Amino acid sequence: MSEGVRSARTAIGLAIRSRTLYARLRRALRSSDGIGDAALRGLCVVAALLAIVAIAEIAHQVVSGASASMSRFGWGFLVHTTWKPNFEVFGGATFLYGTAVSSAVALALAVPLGISIGLYLATVAPGRVRAAVGPLVEMLAAIPSVILGFWGIVVFAPFVQAHVEPLLHGALGFMPIFGAPATTGASVFTASLVLAIMVVPIVASLSRDLFLTVPRELSDAATALGATRWEVVRGVVLPSAASGIVAAAFLGLGRALGEAIATTQMIGAGSAIHASLFETGDTLASRIADQYFSATSRLHVSSLFYLGAILLAMGLLANVASQVIVHRFDARRLATR
Amino acid sequence: MSATGAMSELDSTLFDPAAPLTPSGRLRRRQLVSRLVEGGHTASALLAVGVLAFVVYSVASRGASALSIDFLTKDPPLLEGQRGGGIAPAIVGTALMMALATAIAMPVGVLTALYLSEFAKGRSARVVGLALDLLAGLPSIVIGLFVFGLLVVGNHQSGFAGAVALAIIMLPLIARASHEVLLLVPQGLREAADALGVSRWRTVRGVVLPSALGGILTATVLAGARAAGETAPLLFASSIYANNVSFDVFGHGLANIPMYIFKASEAADPYGFARAWGAALVLLAFILIASLGARALLSRSRAKLAR
Repeated sequence: MSEGVRSARTAIGLAIRSRTLYARLRRALRSSDGIGDAALRGLCVVAALLAIVAIAEIAHQVVSGASASMSRFGWGFLVHTTWKPNFEVFGGATFLYGTAVSSAVALALAVPLGISIGLYLATVAPGRVRAAVGPLVEMLAAIPSVILGFWGIVVFAPFVQAHVEPLLHGALGFMPIFGAPATTGASVFTASLVLAIMVVPIVASLSRDLFLTVPRELSDAATALGATRWEVVRGVVLPSAASGIVAAAFLGLGRALGEAIATTQMIGAGSAIHASLFETGDTLASRIADQYFSATSRLHVSSLFYLGAILLAMGLLANVASQVIVHRFDARRLATR
Repeated sequence: MSATGAMSELDSTLFDPAAPLTPSGRLRRRQLVSRLVEGGHTASALLAVGVLAFVVYSVASRGASALSIDFLTKDPPLLEGQRGGGIAPAIVGTALMMALATAIAMPVGVLTALYLSEFAKGRSARVVGLALDLLAGLPSIVIGLFVFGLLVVGNHQSGFAGAVALAIIMLPLIARASHEVLLLVPQGLREAADALGVSRWRTVRGVVLPSALGGILTATVLAGARAAGETAPLLFASSIYANNVSFDVFGHGLANIPMYIFKASEAADPYGFARAWGAALVLLAFILIASLGARALLSRSRAKLAR
């Protein structure tokens, strides 16, 4: 009995001792774990903050670079079309116009085409074809803009100038935007076509993903009611993805607005506003890329930064618009589920 | 025709047991429209693939004649209008800048992704996510202006400045894609580690990162393929450079392939054009192979994680 009690006591003593030992060990371990946890957390927070700081710092740099031109020309910069570095007179309206027109033409071509490709991939193509064509369309977005621009000016623009522009001029020449083809291949129209090539894969892959998430029951129900495949798309798939498509179009707009290199190569660096798309023009981004080397004065550089600030504002707006639409879209979808 | 006659005729068309089971009239028109529209969808997909093939074919057929061992290992000729020479400085410069940009962007991007998947909640996650999306949507020439104002003004162009610009472009791509992969790591693995009393950072180091490693690496390769072709930011950061191979990242601008193509396309030198096509082929081959390969790997590692 006493033997048993003693052995029980030693066992308990051992257990207590080992528990304190274990606790000490755990405390030691936990403190190093605590350091590790805190360090990892700290590193992650710093990295995440870096992204936010980068956005703020980019905006700050661009605006401070533009400050000289901003204080000199003010908001009038947005409506004046004179750009004469020799006389220190700068106005950005020509480039705003060029950016708006080239992006609008690019989107007018790319959005329907992109949606159509998205529909092909989501509703028409058999599984294996979809797996092959989808990545190929996305590869179109992987071609560097400098190569697309180089190809555009050497191969594509002469073809468009010789065959497409006369055709459009002949058929639709009563509209001033389809004037007589210019002598060189460089024009707002060819630049817009190349921009469209860049925007199509964005719209196509985003809209394909949207179409694939349309609930299967909805389209099945429409099919059961006797709708043909196109009627299912028109009546069910397109409406339920509509706001997502708008968001995708805004993302594409952001891409088209900001493209500098390919447009510089193709648009012809014109300094005047022409009604015809077949004349040269210039965009905000391509004017910056074009004149950065030849900038003659500080005011000239500052005016280029002013163009950059306008571009930054437009790009941010397009992206925020897209985000807002997507979030409202998601909220609505979750609510209807 | 009397009304009863019309009725009986209607009856016979409706209930004629001998009528073939093919659509007619209105239904036939609807099906025809459906088929036509779907033909339009197919045609637009063909158009996109055709444009890709056209661009790749143009670059390959024009670039192939310039390609040779000399082209990859020699300096370009000193003066314009000379035949021959290579683009070795541009290849070395692009490789150096890409390596440096990856070394900057990858740790920051992966840590940001870890923040989003392991630590952030609600509002802070949304803010960081928004910042990443805005960064990804920024016109690359604006990033060029930023680097110009930050590192080049009052200093000089350098390969480092170019690498910083490329890193800013890569950062959101790496962070977003890594975040997606980290979300695929089964929550059960984290819970099992928690149940064993493993601390958070050990879980991340020992469980989460290893299972997401494949996805993170392919995300980095994809981002690199995207950044390797960026020209606009390098215009400000690394466009003035010497004509020979250089490893000096901080001293001066480094030659690079996109800038080389851009300058050649703006000049009127037929031999320069030929070299630019060759350079375009080298760049395009690298980008297409890297992104196709990374995509294949990505879908494999995703399938593995999702299992």
